[in-house]
Amino acid sequence: MKIQEKTKEALSTLFADLPSSEPEPDDAEEGEKKPVPRGNGIIEQDYLLKGFHLDVQLESEQLLEAVQIIFDLGYYLESITGVDWIKDDQLEVVYDFSRYDFDLCRTVLRTRLPRSAPQLPSITPIYTGASWHERETHDFFGIIFDGHPHLVPLLLPEDADFHPLLKDFKA
Amino acid sequence: MTEPISLQPDETFVLNVGPQHPATHGVLRVKMTMDGEYIYNAETVLGYIHRMHEKMAENRTYPQFMPNMGRLDYLSAMAFNHGYALVVERACGIEVPERAEYIRVITVELNRISSHLVWLGAYVLDLGGFTPLMYCFDDREQILDLLESVTGSRLTYCYFRFGGLYNDIDDDFISGTRAFIKRMRKELKMYAKLVTGNIILMRRLKDHGPVDQDMCQRYGATGPVARGSGINYDVRRNEPYSVYPEFDFEVPVYGECDSYARYLVRMDEMEQSLRIIEQALDKLPDGPVNPKKKPKLIKPPPGDYFAAVETARGNFGIRMVSDGSKNAYRLKLRSPTYSNMHLFDEACRGMLIADALAFMGSLDLVIPEMDR
Amino acid sequence: MSLTLFNVVLAVFIAICFVGANAAYLVWCERKGAGLFQRRPGPMENGPWGLLQPPIDGLKLMTKQLLIPGGVDKAIFMVAPVLAMFPALISFVTIPFSNSIVAHPIDVGVLMIFAFAALGSMSLLVAGWGSRNKYSMISSVRAVSQTVAYEIPLMITTITIVMISGSLNLGDIVQSQLGGFWHWNIWPLQKQVGFNLLMPISFLILFVCSVAETNRAPFDLGEAESELVAGFHTEYSSMGFGLFFMGEYANIVIGACLTVILFLGGWSCPIGDLGFFPFTHNVGWFLLKIYLIIFVFIWIRWTFPRTTIYGLLNLSWKYLIPISLFNLLLTAGLLKVF
Repeated sequence: MKIQEKTKEALSTLFADLPSSEPEPDDAEEGEKKPVPRGNGIIEQDYLLKGFHLDVQLESEQLLEAVQIIFDLGYYLESITGVDWIKDDQLEVVYDFSRYDFDLCRTVLRTRLPRSAPQLPSITPIYTGASWHERETHDFFGIIFDGHPHLVPLLLPEDADFHPLLKDFKA
Repeated sequence: MTEPISLQPDETFVLNVGPQHPATHGVLRVKMTMDGEYIYNAETVLGYIHRMHEKMAENRTYPQFMPNMGRLDYLSAMAFNHGYALVVERACGIEVPERAEYIRVITVELNRISSHLVWLGAYVLDLGGFTPLMYCFDDREQILDLLESVTGSRLTYCYFRFGGLYNDIDDDFISGTRAFIKRMRKELKMYAKLVTGNIILMRRLKDHGPVDQDMCQRYGATGPVARGSGINYDVRRNEPYSVYPEFDFEVPVYGECDSYARYLVRMDEMEQSLRIIEQALDKLPDGPVNPKKKPKLIKPPPGDYFAAVETARGNFGIRMVSDGSKNAYRLKLRSPTYSNMHLFDEACRGMLIADALAFMGSLDLVIPEMDR
Repeated sequence: MSLTLFNVVLAVFIAICFVGANAAYLVWCERKGAGLFQRRPGPMENGPWGLLQPPIDGLKLMTKQLLIPGGVDKAIFMVAPVLAMFPALISFVTIPFSNSIVAHPIDVGVLMIFAFAALGSMSLLVAGWGSRNKYSMISSVRAVSQTVAYEIPLMITTITIVMISGSLNLGDIVQSQLGGFWHWNIWPLQKQVGFNLLMPISFLILFVCSVAETNRAPFDLGEAESELVAGFHTEYSSMGFGLFFMGEYANIVIGACLTVILFLGGWSCPIGDLGFFPFTHNVGWFLLKIYLIIFVFIWIRWTFPRTTIYGLLNLSWKYLIPISLFNLLLTAGLLKVF
């Protein structure tokens, strides 16, 4: 539990100007047909239900700072992926981090980007392993990562210009 | 080989360790810029066996996607099945009966041993010793026969169902597994004498292929690669799932960071898996293998869920985003080989090509898992 | 033997037949031996115990298309397999199988075998360079540096034996070892060799160098299959590959013959000449001994993994050469004293 508190504290410096740092989690609203899109902030999730501990949503400008805080706390990069919310006209990029020691805390960072111009700073200077994950996300969703050393298709053919995991992709 | 040598960037040529090569364990291409026999730079090109499993997940219902998990890492398919079953059970709140959990653990550990046997045979084959391959495959046949009698497949298993298993095990399986454990213990002693203690092997592996802890953290390397560098991380111990807390087993960790350490980690892991299987067989409870109340249609509540299991290669993470329908909205498969392979480009600079290929073998790559 | 044309042609024909039969059936021995060490039967399908396997393999190789990659220098490309096979064939001419069975006894037999072994290493270079393939080039560079490094201790050990026997003629070297196994050069039990206790070490050095000269595992970096596909003979198909293959096995037989003649008494019977067959000095003992040595070659190949290139070169330059040089000087000194 200790590292969870420490991480939450370190990350909440990014959200100092938000009205409250704990918006209600969406699974509390059972009656609504459409889940309310959550704002920026940190939520502590139930590990046994969800499988991760901290859920942080940020703006793309705050990303590098948050990732640097997480790197300094000793997390390793688990994966970077995207989710296409076509109904909200947004692309979400999700970063998973986990720890090597017994003080377990799985942290998830998310940012939402407009679907028409998805751009995000690359975290390759901090986590070198992000290079392949970002190339893959670019392949599948078309998200541009600024500052990436070599943003060419990784899994798709070199001349691919389609992005398969977008919801309006028809093969 | 300890002194760093100065490589000449203008006297290099590009050697393509191409998609078809006996040593790359699958279709993997590495463009190596070489200076003589030393590697100046290496660039890995993936995607030759990319089948877009993640898009397939969006077009199939949850139970229909289960067979795909066996095709990702075909050598350790049970653990991938387990991860997928775990994440869906977590989301839907399905309870798994005790007997099913124990049988799941037994089959996952048997699969781990068979995967490590393939790794051992293929690795020593890469180094030039042709014989241990045959012995390893002989032992692996015993496991494959056992698992075939219960699951119906020899390699790409699809044995788990949400909430339990496809089929219960019978007494033949239990007695066969016990006989196998006795046999495997003797074989492990033989491997220790024939292979691990061989001086040529030790010379080739010791002090080669350094992967330090900082590199592991930056790339997210897990599994025997991290445990060979002194990082005590095993998902079964750090983040227990299923009934692993009930068993008494050790997680081998060696701090030397070289290929020999990774080799020893995997050899010890086989012994520890045998211990887990023995304890699980002793404690196996009676009961059903499927829950009484199982939803007819799997429709997890909207939201995102995560589960991680320990496969033979490392930490397999699976992130599921559900929007309440019967197909997954997004299913992300975090494969351990993907993160482990990424180390290669940085770590192999300045190595001889023979050492680089020995290093690649010690990372235990399965390319279809990397490419998904 | 009078040097008539008929005798020469007969000798060459017999040598080629012997080499061919050996090359073919040594492959069978190797595969059966591999099966023995790997808990499997080996070739079983063709003929009883798989004995027809080699002719059928030869037939298969001959019917394959002979591919010549584009852009290679055809002359160099085609000459390499011939260069691999030729020295082994020629060296057979001078090896004495028994007191009277020798194709043509040459007074400088040892020198001739070494001259042609050096020619054999040239075939590796030519094959790798002529293939216009980076893998072949790397492998031939490795193979040539290995061959050169291991020829030196081989020659130094042979010079030691030549000093003891006093002649470069292979027949004479065997004559000095006749009469029971305690006369063999591997044991230093004769007054004339000066009771040099390092002789078994010399034997081991010669054996290791034979394994290395013929590019057998654990020294088979030239064709390190898992790293360099097939090394210097990647681009060869059909009979080109067949010739390399046969040349390798012929070289193994030459290496075994040399080991047996220099150290193990050639055709001598281990318990001395008792007058009645089979305990006389005859060709049967020679053949038995070389096949035992070849069995050990096969055993070693299937047991050990490969060394690295610098491990290999270190072994030769840092260990084998100093030890054999020391032995040479010691033998010379002891011979002078006694």
